[in-house]
Amino acid sequence: MSEYVEHSADNQGEHHDEHPGYGTFIRVWVALLILTGCLVGASHLGQTYAVWGLLTLTPLKAGLVFYYFMHLRYEGPLFKVVVLVTLGTLLIFFALLFSDVAFR
Amino acid sequence: MSGHVHRDDFGSRLGMWLFLVTEMVLFGGLFIGYSYMRFKYPAEFHHGGSELNATLGVINTLVLLTSSLTVVLAIVAIQRAQKKLAMAFLSSTLVLGVTFLVIKSFEWAAKFHHGLYPNSAHLATLPPGEQVFFGLYFTMTGLHGLHVIAGLSVLGVMLWWVATDRIRQDRYIHLENGGLYWHLVDVIWIFLLPLFYLAA
Amino acid sequence: MSTHASTAQPSYLVDTGERKGLMAWLTTTDHKRIGLLYLYSMVTFFFVGVGIGFVMRLVQLTTFQKLITAQTYNALFTVHGVIMIFLFVVPGLPAIFGNFFLPILIGAKDVSFPRLNLASWYFFIVGAILAVLSLFTGGGAPDTGWTFYAPFSLKTGTNVSLAVFAAFVLGFSSMLTGINFITTIHRLRAPGMKWFRMPLMCWALYSTAWIQLLATPIVAITLVLVILERFFGIGIFDPAKGGDPLLYQHLFWIYSHPAVYIMILPAMGAITEIIPTFAKRPVFGYKAIAFSSMSIAAVGSLVWAHHMFTSGMSNVAQMVFSLLTMVVAVPSAIKVFNWVSTLYKGSIDFQPPLLFALTFIFLFCIGGLTGVMQGALAVNVHIHDTYFIVGHFHYVMFGGTGMALFAALLYWFPKMWGKMYSKKMIYAAWFPMFIGFNMLYFGMMILGVMGMPRRYYVHLPQFHTMHVVATVGSWFLVLGLLMFFGTLLYAIFKGKKAEDNPWGGVTLEWTIPSPPPLENFEEIPTVTHGPYHFEQKEAK
Repeated sequence: MSEYVEHSADNQGEHHDEHPGYGTFIRVWVALLILTGCLVGASHLGQTYAVWGLLTLTPLKAGLVFYYFMHLRYEGPLFKVVVLVTLGTLLIFFALLFSDVAFR
Repeated sequence: MSGHVHRDDFGSRLGMWLFLVTEMVLFGGLFIGYSYMRFKYPAEFHHGGSELNATLGVINTLVLLTSSLTVVLAIVAIQRAQKKLAMAFLSSTLVLGVTFLVIKSFEWAAKFHHGLYPNSAHLATLPPGEQVFFGLYFTMTGLHGLHVIAGLSVLGVMLWWVATDRIRQDRYIHLENGGLYWHLVDVIWIFLLPLFYLAA
Repeated sequence: MSTHASTAQPSYLVDTGERKGLMAWLTTTDHKRIGLLYLYSMVTFFFVGVGIGFVMRLVQLTTFQKLITAQTYNALFTVHGVIMIFLFVVPGLPAIFGNFFLPILIGAKDVSFPRLNLASWYFFIVGAILAVLSLFTGGGAPDTGWTFYAPFSLKTGTNVSLAVFAAFVLGFSSMLTGINFITTIHRLRAPGMKWFRMPLMCWALYSTAWIQLLATPIVAITLVLVILERFFGIGIFDPAKGGDPLLYQHLFWIYSHPAVYIMILPAMGAITEIIPTFAKRPVFGYKAIAFSSMSIAAVGSLVWAHHMFTSGMSNVAQMVFSLLTMVVAVPSAIKVFNWVSTLYKGSIDFQPPLLFALTFIFLFCIGGLTGVMQGALAVNVHIHDTYFIVGHFHYVMFGGTGMALFAALLYWFPKMWGKMYSKKMIYAAWFPMFIGFNMLYFGMMILGVMGMPRRYYVHLPQFHTMHVVATVGSWFLVLGLLMFFGTLLYAIFKGKKAEDNPWGGVTLEWTIPSPPPLENFEEIPTVTHGPYHFEQKEAK
């Protein structure tokens, strides 16, 4: 409605002046491709490796996308907290659900 | 009424992130359901996964990862006022997104051809755990596919706005938010790949 | 606080744009008008729900069973639940008073995303229309109860799909409102309005919004699965195909229990605004109330499976959820103690909003304490799915949220319309309401302990006396409700003009004219102290 936004109480996390360039993101993309390769490789080594690959490499890939592609790295603490709260909530839902399933 | 324009880019991004929270929880619910069922039927999920075409799954992963890269590069291009480049990057994202859907539809068609779809006569003969596996497979990849279509529509509009200078160097929050959505779609696929295609 | 001798801006109730009348309202992005749109639509649905409840009570006077068949009775309790929960209690306080007062309380001109706010209302209305349509189309009104439990909801021939889709759309509306409120609180607080200077209603709305974001998507996906199950037979909840109905119950309650806190937290927030104003004292334990809101939101999300103690869960889960259920009583009790302590040695100005706030505390304590009873496993097995449960959750939802909504309506009514209602009529309406309420719902709890199961069309002769008591109570209750809303409706049109600050409140909404001008504040205020600053006011 008008220009009152400037006075708002928390101004943390405004955009930085210098932005990351093409190179950063291309390097992240290469890392993602390599990790995907590792994941596929692990799945061929047997069930144990496949599960461990799933549990470690997949969150790592997702983390890279969140941190770089989704610019979390360049944002203030608020967005990081939002994401962590969400993931934490899902983890707790999961754990409590398994307090039923795993002991039935 | 809202004649004046006020800009709060941070607020817009916050709103978008909060929307993404709901998307994460939406799929999170499905992932929780998946783990519940996988815990119940480990062998059947293993066998069900072997019916899926892992090669197509991996190719689609590469396609989607690359499409995510081009979105983020389009933002860099806009920040540097390289309009043509930004449009090229966005267009490649659209092409890659459509490629993903085409590959996906071939994959689904093959499953239907083999009688592996919910309520089919063939599926009913399989053990219960595998029926659930394919139920989840179609639900989760289908819902993800709908999100791909939604994301493509959004990015299509973004491309249009870049072309008509509604998105430009000093004003690109919409492109950022559209990109955030597309990356989330990508992240969901990152999880779907090992859960289904590499489950065997 | 500055006075506003000259009001340059017209009231928000006056059409200033190009569009006039109804169109101006249906296209408004003003948070105050949207709040009123919600209020009018919700009160309408509330009375539909009340009417259905009234008829259900009549059915229990056995003579009326000639008019209502058992199948219709099943539809009635389903629709009563769906309307009251999804169209009234869950969205009620945040959508009405959150929309109207959140921006004013933090010194802003509107919410962060005004157009999204209007879109939320349209989602609400579309959802409501679909819910009503589901009664008359397809295979007839849904008969599953509002919980849509699988596998019955997958197999019944009634129109469950449309009703479930309606709930999905309503969930969308709720999430968008949540996004809007969180962003507004983060971004649009007036200068000097630090987090711990916000009125506690804002803290309540903030915690509510977080539950809306983190829990609603779970029920959304669950309802989508029910629809997919009905149309395509994906088999996730269908035991014949290897699915598990217990998974449905888990997913459903992961949302629907926190939904109880979506209902009660803003109610508690409104009460926390009312009590200090009429005790003329700063609220006792500001931070304790703020943090208890957040901890109710957090712990309340972790208790869902206490709805499933007799469903065949593991013993470990039963004990874990029983413990967590008891824990959530702690932050709720903190609030009650703080309200009572605020009143202690206050200079109490007894007015209708305070009467309803005290009624809230009384009824909520009964509802809350019977909730702790049910958290105990052994007791739960005995009273599970009896009228005790029905009585209990009506104490929490109607006695809690409903009474708080009435209290908030009485408190902010002069601000919203710039009119004052007849206080005598409100006191007169309170008596039948309070007496009827307790006859009806305490009667139900007694019936439950005696063994009367919920959702039964007929009852054994030994239950008949209490059923008569409860039904007569429902007549008093409805009479009270009609008097209450009749008084307010009359006041909107014929009420005396209200002062800007009739109650002597000190939060920001009382510093602006009644009704508020279009953009709330002539100029954005600068806040220099906490919200309940009564001493300094007297010193002036």
